[in-house]
Amino acid sequence: MTTARALLAAASLAAGLALPLAASAAEGQPHPPREKWSFSGVFGTFDRAQLQRGFKVYREVCQSCHQLKIPFRTLSQPGGPQFSQAQINALAAEYKVQDGPNDAGDMFERPARAADNIPWTFANENQAASANGGKAPPSLQLMAKARSYERGFPLFIVDALPFFQYQEHGADYIHALLTGYKDPPAGFTVPPGGHYNEYFPGHIIAMPKPIATDGQVEYPKGPDGKSPVPETVEQYSRDIAAFLMWTAEPNLEARKRTGFMVIIFLAVFAYLMYYVKKKVWAKVGGEAEGLPGTAPLGPTH
Amino acid sequence: MIATGAAGVVGLGAVVWPFVAAMAPDQQTIAAGAPVEVDLGPIAEGQLVKVFWRGKLIFVRHRTSSEIKSAEDVNIASLPDPQPDSARVKAGHTPWLVVYGNCTHLGCVPLANEGAYKGWACPCHGSIFDTSGRIRQGPAPTNLPIPPYTFVSDTKIRIGEETKVAPAAANA
Amino acid sequence: MSDHASTYVPKSAFAKWFESRLPIAGLVHSSFVAFPVPRNLTYFWTFGAILIFMLGAQILTGIWLAMHYVPEATKAFDSVEHIMRDVNYGWLLRYLHANGASMFFIAVYIHMFRGLYYGSYKAPREVLWILGVIIFLLMMATAFMGYVLPWGQMSFWGATVITNLFSAIPIVGDVIVSLLWGGYSVGNPTLNRFFALHYLLPFMIAGVVVLHVWALHVTGQNNPTGVPIKSAKDAVPFTPYATIKDVFATICFLIFFAWFIFYVPNYLGHADNYIPANPAVTPAHIVPEWYFLPFYAILRAVPDKLGGVIAMGAAVVILAFLPWLDTSRVRSANYRPLYRQFFWVFVIVCVLLGWLGSKPPEGGYVIASRVCTIWYFVHFLVILPVLGLFETPRPLPSSILETVLRGKKGGAGMPAGAAAAPSTKG
Repeated sequence: MTTARALLAAASLAAGLALPLAASAAEGQPHPPREKWSFSGVFGTFDRAQLQRGFKVYREVCQSCHQLKIPFRTLSQPGGPQFSQAQINALAAEYKVQDGPNDAGDMFERPARAADNIPWTFANENQAASANGGKAPPSLQLMAKARSYERGFPLFIVDALPFFQYQEHGADYIHALLTGYKDPPAGFTVPPGGHYNEYFPGHIIAMPKPIATDGQVEYPKGPDGKSPVPETVEQYSRDIAAFLMWTAEPNLEARKRTGFMVIIFLAVFAYLMYYVKKKVWAKVGGEAEGLPGTAPLGPTH
Repeated sequence: MIATGAAGVVGLGAVVWPFVAAMAPDQQTIAAGAPVEVDLGPIAEGQLVKVFWRGKLIFVRHRTSSEIKSAEDVNIASLPDPQPDSARVKAGHTPWLVVYGNCTHLGCVPLANEGAYKGWACPCHGSIFDTSGRIRQGPAPTNLPIPPYTFVSDTKIRIGEETKVAPAAANA
Repeated sequence: MSDHASTYVPKSAFAKWFESRLPIAGLVHSSFVAFPVPRNLTYFWTFGAILIFMLGAQILTGIWLAMHYVPEATKAFDSVEHIMRDVNYGWLLRYLHANGASMFFIAVYIHMFRGLYYGSYKAPREVLWILGVIIFLLMMATAFMGYVLPWGQMSFWGATVITNLFSAIPIVGDVIVSLLWGGYSVGNPTLNRFFALHYLLPFMIAGVVVLHVWALHVTGQNNPTGVPIKSAKDAVPFTPYATIKDVFATICFLIFFAWFIFYVPNYLGHADNYIPANPAVTPAHIVPEWYFLPFYAILRAVPDKLGGVIAMGAAVVILAFLPWLDTSRVRSANYRPLYRQFFWVFVIVCVLLGWLGSKPPEGGYVIASRVCTIWYFVHFLVILPVLGLFETPRPLPSSILETVLRGKKGGAGMPAGAAAAPSTKG
């Protein structure tokens, strides 16, 4: 077919045009490596223990600077770390929040409740900025969806396809960033106040290496008196990345579960509808498409 | 007949007018657009501060002597939007460059100290500005405009007030 | 709505009484039941029904989202997060609505390219086609304003870039921009009015869709042969034949839609829009939503600001002139061997422009966008007018029925007795 040939010619022209361009664009910035996550894939779910460990890393490492704007109560919701209600109440009571005005018109402090947002170390953005070299550390609750990396053509198409689909670029990035602090390559000058990070765009990041050493965060012990997972920078980074994926997408499990049922239902419904349609069209000898010279035509009105 | 038609047109115009006017900046917005003062004292040489006036970003840049020199040593005729550096600063205050912080192409915020001329480089569509905020390369049609401002004292400016009209303040 | 007499006969006494006062049942019957549909329509003709479904779905999810959304600059971003986290099935409503916009455009682009391939814009369907172009423009405005509402970084900077386009208009440009903003920059008044308009425009779209369907029912549907219905045997009644096929196609489309909602809900969005709007920081790389990328590439391909804006506008408006730019008397590309090849080249150019629109405007990308932009306009302004004069079309079948009976094979080489057959449409 001439069409097919024209198509092929045009496509190869397009590809020839595209390839050198793609090559020229992909300089400098290495991609975060792809990790294995329990929550990826059609049946992916969060690992409760990992989310609980991730929250511990947040409290002991990130919280001193970064805000996590989610209410305490969500930490006990199904599909999340699922702390018990008692644990949540006790946790919230450790924090103080401002409330008011009271009857006398004054603002006052009280222990936080499960319904409150997790308070931030800083009173506001400006205070956070002045304490951190002029730029406020970003809030973390959406970080896993607010960061990504480009995969380039044609891999970005693969990320959308059933069985290959991938939405975990943000978690990859967080993990890579936290483990990506390295000595700068020779000839690369890092300005004062900056730190070299392999995966940060432009490589110079204001945040000093947050998780400095193995063993920095103590994980809950198993029955044998040892933590079931290694207490390493690598594992901490992985756990906080998973936890931030949950804070960004707290309904991920419900979404995937609902989706499975919806698609199965639609598939069955489409199957049934196909046969109804076939039966209806049989009255006029079937559809035109690929049905040469079938039955005589009935009157149309 | 003509009078009736004319009356109809006048009436229609009178109805349309409030609707169009209500789309324009309201009184509160206009009031919030009053001049702002910026203290230049704390801004060290080579430093740049961002201030907002009328919701628009303004760069106040304390230029180093080498930056001033590179801005002045330019063949004006070769520029896309020819303007001498002296027309872009206030006389007697050459270290201070005050320009709108949005690229004249489509309004992105250019990054300071970037690009071939170490002025600004726009991350959106690649416009390059020099240390006088003049467009040197890329799609931006004009230099970064200069907001109306005046030196109240040697270390203080008031943005939004002009003693004499600056050449490129039209975009306010 | 259609030009043939209604065959609707009211049965009960009440129906007779009502029909003599408001003949709406007869109207519906003649338009959506008895309406004759060419019997050789392929699944490419089901996208009209899919689009009506998508419009309804967007309006429904949109109204529900509006019950929770707050159009105020300091609260908009948080209110969207509130919908995602706290509202029951809020995540579902929002992902339906956000991905629904993309699905709407996927369907509309298939619908438009189908029209281009089969010459559905040609006489007597010019007005039908132009109404479609108007719907497309309204859709673009609606989608753009909707994308601003979450008030993330891409929302804010997308709004800044697009509204600044109007400043390229000589003399009145700055006044128009100020009227769009309601201030001196994109801000709370802008967000507020965009919300109001985003709520209004879909109902205007629905209005133009009614006209579009009305015009369709006056001229009748085109079909893969481009040969009009000539006898009753060429057609089947709309219900049940077309209805059941449309329903089946819509369900299949919904499976595709559901995949995006439930498994890759953020694939078609942009990560930066999960960062709250910040007027002091531009994202490293501002890109519009995927469905605007070809037009964005055309905008950036022209080195002059006003020229770029004009080229982008012209890329859409030129579609309205298509019925008069294409000089061929043959509708369907199935019978136009040369046009068919140029059509596919045009499709590839459009896809390529879309890809280039997502790339930074530097080096080879700029050159490639310029080449594609020129081709885009050459296709409409040179190829289509000239091709119709020189191309030798293949012989047309004498009727729709003939192609149906012959099946798909051997479409060529039949004697073209088309013009002789008397029209007995009814």
